[in-house]
Amino acid sequence: MSAIRVLVGTRKGAFVLTADGRRRDWSVAGPHFSGWEIYHLKGSPAEPDRIYASQSGGWFGQVIQRSSDGGLTWEQPGSAPPEPNASPDDAAGSPMPQGESNKFVYDTSEETGRPLTTHQWYDGTQHPWEFARVWHLEPSLADPDVVYAGVEDAALFRSTDGGESWHELAGLRGHDTGAEWAPGAGGMCLHTILLDPRDPQRMFVAISAAGSFRTEDGGRTWTTINRGLHSAFLPDPTAEIGHCVHRLAMHPSNPDRLFMQKHWDVMRSDDAGANWYEVSGNLPSDFGFPIHVHAHEPETVYVVPIKSDSEHYPPEGRLRVYRSRTGGNEWEALTDGLPQKDCYVNVLRDAMAVDSLDPCGVYFGTTGGQVYVSPDGGDHWTAIVRDLPGVLSVEVQTLP
Amino acid sequence: MIRVALPYHLQTLAGIRSEVTLTVVGPVTRDSVLDALEARYPMLRGTIRDHVTRRRRPMVRFFACSEDLTHDPADAQLPDAVASGEEPLLIVGAIAGG
Repeated sequence: MSAIRVLVGTRKGAFVLTADGRRRDWSVAGPHFSGWEIYHLKGSPAEPDRIYASQSGGWFGQVIQRSSDGGLTWEQPGSAPPEPNASPDDAAGSPMPQGESNKFVYDTSEETGRPLTTHQWYDGTQHPWEFARVWHLEPSLADPDVVYAGVEDAALFRSTDGGESWHELAGLRGHDTGAEWAPGAGGMCLHTILLDPRDPQRMFVAISAAGSFRTEDGGRTWTTINRGLHSAFLPDPTAEIGHCVHRLAMHPSNPDRLFMQKHWDVMRSDDAGANWYEVSGNLPSDFGFPIHVHAHEPETVYVVPIKSDSEHYPPEGRLRVYRSRTGGNEWEALTDGLPQKDCYVNVLRDAMAVDSLDPCGVYFGTTGGQVYVSPDGGDHWTAIVRDLPGVLSVEVQTLP
Repeated sequence: MIRVALPYHLQTLAGIRSEVTLTVVGPVTRDSVLDALEARYPMLRGTIRDHVTRRRRPMVRFFACSEDLTHDPADAQLPDAVASGEEPLLIVGAIAGG
């Protein structure tokens, strides 16, 4: 029977939740990296027991962790076990750089990008790019040693050695609009990385609050894909850049169809982001963070409406996932098993995922520490756990 | 031997549960001690000071012999008691946050 592994990143550590394909009885392992913020964990589609984790904190910065056994044990890639008598000279002579798995240095070389050193700050002045943390890790669909990292301040990095070292794909920041990018309230983060399963050279990224971008050449050059977005807070609401995109989603069977949860508005594109149109329809609020697509139904989409950007909790204190079976516009509330009064949690952008069983399981975590599962596509929900630290991310692996 | 006391989270990263003892060749400064520490525990690189600029992370402080040495130059000699191993160099995460 298939098995499910749910990777949960929280404000105080990582947790691994496992169950068989019935998805009724769950085991909870963790916390791993206790006391640290775990922004994201994700397993390699090519080698599911290879899992990458972004561990960070205000005191000691960024750490990258990697597991080769499905999350049972972890290591910092490329950091050999301590040598009792090592000296600085030993490290200098080492053939492989060690301790660089957390080294994210912006590339300002003329050869690979553009020497862009500043972006727009909250007050309109220019501000230096400063690395803060990794928001999202996206392993390659084919190679377990290749993984992309979306970071704050917004940039895209790639590792080709299993996370031991990282190099910026500097063409993104070097885009003509780079100096106009500005942070949202949560910082200027690159939070979404979608890989096109048909074409390894094509990917999509989203940045708060710059917008969405597409590359067709493996990250060397990028195109803005924000036509059709309308953001009332901008001086020009339809500007090419400056939109606070919260999350993008794609079904692998049709990588040209994208869904977007924007700061306000749920959007859809049928042409790989070239044009967007609104599909918020009858949602009680079109503000929110996550958006996801059903594993087997490319037109079935899930969002979690949040009351407003000033009040980050569900409308009327009722936690509802909304499902559209028509690719947007017509939405139904999914409430069975979810709290329908006095609920004031939020669901963050990376905190929703689906499995690939049939029926499709849907999962999300809340800032209140609950992780919910629906083993039937959203019709019925139960809490796997209720009292974790605030959940930052949820990813699901469907194992044979 | 130089003694270095790490904060809890860095002990966890390095896989240790006690003070570290290091051999430092040449002048005993904050930088030379950190060089030796990072050579032995490469997983600590970037957690105490920046990989490139080598500036200390903002919420890391250095104490020894009942003194706050945080703002001393990184190449300044540490107190004799640290150099002799009589007292540890304390690397401390600032008390802040929740």
